Amino acid sequence: MSGDRVRRRRSPLLPYLLIGPTVIALGLVLGYPLVDMVVLAFQDMTREQLFSGAAPPWAGLEQFRRILGDGFFWTVVFRTLLFTAACVTLTVICGLFTAMLMHRVSPWVRAVIAGVLVTVWAMPEMVAASIFRWLFDADYGVVNWVLSRLPGVDLAKHNWFTDPWEGFSVIVAVVVWGSLPFAAITLRAALAQVPPELEESAVLDGARPFQVFRHVTIPVIRPVLLMVTTLMSIWDFGVFNQIWLMRGGQPEREYYLLGVYSFIESFAVNRYSVGAAIALVTVVLLLGGSVVHLRQMFRTGELE
Amino acid sequence: MRRRRSLGYDLLGLAVAAVVGFPVYWMVLTAFRPATEILSLPPHFWPGTPTLSNFTRALNSETFWANVRSSVLIGVGTVLVSLVVGTLAAFALARFRFLGRRAFVVVILIVQMVPLTALIIPVYLLLNDVGMTDSIAGVIITYLVFTLPFTVWMLRGFIAGVPVELEEAAMVDGCGRLGAFRRVVLPLLAPGIVATSVFALVQAWNEYVLVYVLLSSPKKQTVSIWLVSFQTSFGTDYGGLMAGATLTALPVVVFFLVVQRRIASGLAAGAVKG
Repeated sequence: MSGDRVRRRRSPLLPYLLIGPTVIALGLVLGYPLVDMVVLAFQDMTREQLFSGAAPPWAGLEQFRRILGDGFFWTVVFRTLLFTAACVTLTVICGLFTAMLMHRVSPWVRAVIAGVLVTVWAMPEMVAASIFRWLFDADYGVVNWVLSRLPGVDLAKHNWFTDPWEGFSVIVAVVVWGSLPFAAITLRAALAQVPPELEESAVLDGARPFQVFRHVTIPVIRPVLLMVTTLMSIWDFGVFNQIWLMRGGQPEREYYLLGVYSFIESFAVNRYSVGAAIALVTVVLLLGGSVVHLRQMFRTGELE
Repeated sequence: MRRRRSLGYDLLGLAVAAVVGFPVYWMVLTAFRPATEILSLPPHFWPGTPTLSNFTRALNSETFWANVRSSVLIGVGTVLVSLVVGTLAAFALARFRFLGRRAFVVVILIVQMVPLTALIIPVYLLLNDVGMTDSIAGVIITYLVFTLPFTVWMLRGFIAGVPVELEEAAMVDGCGRLGAFRRVVLPLLAPGIVATSVFALVQAWNEYVLVYVLLSSPKKQTVSIWLVSFQTSFGTDYGGLMAGATLTALPVVVFFLVVQRRIASGLAAGAVKG
């Protein structure tokens, strides 16, 4: 109420002056490139036009016809979706598990877990990828050695990247490891909101632990859980760095996800328009995820 | 009974912490090890004779200090610009209702979801047109793409946390709008500004793809590129690589530990939970 009193005296132009610089800056570094990307996707730009500065010829829907008619493109789309689903599922499950565990342990153990989580959170993606490359090294990697201790397993000199399925499981591990802290810390904050009386009364009414979790805990943390899931999906869909680094800057075709594919088409093959078309398809697919996220935020009243 | 259950959870908790923390432990351990201990089977899980030779090798790589300088320049430049520009917009969002506010919020949020890789091509072509590829200023401008929306959204949360009444009181006492902002809101906002800048700084420090495409001269490149090229040029020199990784991660970890409380609550209040 008191806010309204102040507001009425303000000049109606002031807020526009305040957001002006941000709007201009974003228009320049983001709006223009985005529009340019759309235009580029309908042209045919190659190295020639980049150096001569000549306007690239129009290609209409040619680029889209080319990529959408290419079976490999659909393989990459499918692979990206599968990769995202695997990363998000694992992150949310592990995050929830860690958060619930932090809820139950003694304070000093909680402090230890929190310290580890924050340190891991701070690891740059490039550093994380380097560490995992070393952990999974074929000759002296500690993972091969530890797994070989298991009865019936011999992974000496085993190269994890020969088989893309195994390679991707290492990449999924890096991504999940990197995003676990965010999920765990956020979900832990949400769990703290669950009133203990609610859980206690459910137990008194004879609910088993899983039923308490399913019917009391989950409904309370549902908004945060959804938020974490959508944010993770959006982030994991655009994964690039970890793959790029783990494949030494030259990913094989079996390791292409949409981001890598678009990058390679543009900067390795110099078919900028094909790259732009792939990027455009990526952004459109991502908008689906964003709409879910935004609706969630509007529903919980976060944007008012 | 209760004690025993709690002990079980504690052990499980410590096991989880050990597994999650192991990669970091292994990085630091490898970084301080002589090559003979690194390349040994079975691996040694406890510290042996520490050595600094990996670090000397990493630090002596030709461009390291130039790359650190470049990273710092880019980071600080990006943070300064996005703070100055972003605080204004954040203030407008937190304190005013105006036509188009909702649309602006939606744009700020959606923009954070566009993957950087999708923007590289047009950004590269744009900077190429104005002759700003391979320039630090070009990178700073480009980084606004992700730091600016983030700064606006985080600071909006922090400003909304400062009671309007405080501002009003200052204005009743004779401060102008600007005076009230400078004398009342800004000091209270300091922790939020610190947290936001650190986070933006870290993002700039870690970013790889854009600088990789935009900066071609080795001396201008950033630490993350240095780390990657180190990897390709040294092959399987894991001691050197882990020393480099430790050096790259160290400033980030220190910053993070300093502001983590505010970051966590800020992310919860600003980016994740409105």
